[in-house]
Amino acid sequence: MAGKKERLFVKGNEAIAMGALAAGCKCFFGYPITPQNDIPEFMSKAMVDAGGEFVQAESEVAAANMLLGAGACGIRAMTSSSSPGMSLKQEAISYMAGSEIPAVIVNMNRGGPGLGDIGPSQGDYFQSTRGGGHGDYRLLVLAPSSAQEAYDMTYDAFDLAFASRNPVLILGDAIIGQMKEPITPREPKQVDPEEGADWRLIGAPNSREHRIIKSLFLMDGELAGQNRKLQAKYDAWKKMVDFETFEVKDAELVVVAYGSIGRIAKNAVRALRAKGKKVGLFRPKTLYPFPEKALEKLAKEGKRFLTIEHNLGQMVEDVRLSVRKYGDSDLFCVYPGNMPSPDDFEAPILRALGRK
Amino acid sequence: MTKAQQAAPVAGEELVFSRPASMVDRATHYCPGCHHGIAHRMVAELIDELGLKERTIAVSSIGCSVFLYNYIDVDAVEAPHGRAPAVATGVKRARPDKFVFTYQGDGDLASIGMAEIMHAANRGERMSVIFVNNTVYGMTGGQMAPTTLIGQKTTTCPGGRCKDTEGSPIRMSEIIAQLGGVAFCARGSLDSVKNIRQAKKYMRQAFEVQTKGQGFGFVELLAGCPTNWRVSAIAANKRITDEMIPYFPLGVYKDIEADGTCGSLIQGGE
Repeated sequence: MAGKKERLFVKGNEAIAMGALAAGCKCFFGYPITPQNDIPEFMSKAMVDAGGEFVQAESEVAAANMLLGAGACGIRAMTSSSSPGMSLKQEAISYMAGSEIPAVIVNMNRGGPGLGDIGPSQGDYFQSTRGGGHGDYRLLVLAPSSAQEAYDMTYDAFDLAFASRNPVLILGDAIIGQMKEPITPREPKQVDPEEGADWRLIGAPNSREHRIIKSLFLMDGELAGQNRKLQAKYDAWKKMVDFETFEVKDAELVVVAYGSIGRIAKNAVRALRAKGKKVGLFRPKTLYPFPEKALEKLAKEGKRFLTIEHNLGQMVEDVRLSVRKYGDSDLFCVYPGNMPSPDDFEAPILRALGRK
Repeated sequence: MTKAQQAAPVAGEELVFSRPASMVDRATHYCPGCHHGIAHRMVAELIDELGLKERTIAVSSIGCSVFLYNYIDVDAVEAPHGRAPAVATGVKRARPDKFVFTYQGDGDLASIGMAEIMHAANRGERMSVIFVNNTVYGMTGGQMAPTTLIGQKTTTCPGGRCKDTEGSPIRMSEIIAQLGGVAFCARGSLDSVKNIRQAKKYMRQAFEVQTKGQGFGFVELLAGCPTNWRVSAIAANKRITDEMIPYFPLGVYKDIEADGTCGSLIQGGE
């Protein structure tokens, strides 16, 4: 098949695991929880075959802390979970952010609060984009809307994590994880063996000072300095915002939606365009940093907005903050527990379009 | 942080005792009479004696000994409360050629970190754990620990620990020894020179089962906390001898080289 690109027919979860493998992930620490089990199942073999390590941890807490340990050694490592498990991981994620340890974390969002259900939801938007645990910190948050994007974002996430010495979160949901579609894999990365050489723990040769990776800063002014450093890093991320636009140029109303809901909303927009309605789609691919400037620009052009989310209204707060100088955003919520189709979105989009 | 520099002996005199090369030249923050300084020194001496300094990664825990990394001159990472064995698992899996140890107190290891220590031991992670048991939470001001003795008064059991409401003190060495991945498990004490010397032998074995790739090494050290026990340093040592050792018997609980069986005291315990 020379010259022809390989195509694979896989679930979104498998695409994530394959993307991680191709990105040079060498350690995976997981715990069973639906709907992400395909990821640790895939990795339990793939890591061993790749000469790496797979550990099914005793808990989500332990898995996240194993990730912290491997990341501190400068090794490309990953964990995955779903919403209730993510709550348990937040302690270690806060420590990783505070002590600037790179890692890739996957959340295949399911319905909540509490045990919720095992179906899709976007109820973890706040948790994902506001840090999630204690203290002032942020994660780079990437939201795929297809198996290919799930693959590509995971493939790139390790580079981002090491470049910024910060955990990167892939935020999918049960739809992204469980649907099966073709992907085109990419070339396996050759990871530089010197990656992280200036900070990683590898044992202190007598020729250098010993290194301490920590998040405790007790001396007067020390913690403020660390927080200032972190904030400067998060500010610098703003140039990395990524988003998709569809039919926005002459749109009167722009639908803002991410992930699986962004994909479904795109079909609704396409159907309404066929009926001559001037609607478009704006789909953030990075949820943090949020593409606020791009949305503000659209607002300045006089467009109006409808945010559609699979929760009770979370991202709409970021949309409203982005467009606040020029307008506002309507909101249509799909409640977790319900599975939407493009048809379900046409009526609310038309309603928002008609509300001059 | 100053690099360890040994004092040159004066002409005509012989240097017979000095700070271990793996110990940073720095005064510790520990209270007078605290045993952490002794335990730290024992760790540093063993790192020197076994030639491990350049390939050691330490995992410090939460409590008074979080600052271990300021005193031992090796690469180190700070774990969340109780999670040191999980963090050390990640470190060891990522860098299997390194020597990895955790240093944890009794609140950290036997309460909030119970799951992590049990499972790391059971998996037989090639790591060594130094468990310092002084029967109180020291850093936070002397609250009840899972190891607090019956009748012992703390700031959260001011009437003395009561078995009916707070349960019995947990004997970790006896529990850890039961687990399949453990290659060496022992309990020593820091209350006397004799016991300190014996404890260091245990620590050496707990380090060596890792360097030989045999499994998980665990040493519990009974230690004093004069500040939170509200007693003098000398009275603290006496309390270890008179009250702690009878409840927490000293000796080897598992030694894969001497005897594959485990669980009860197999050596020591006079």
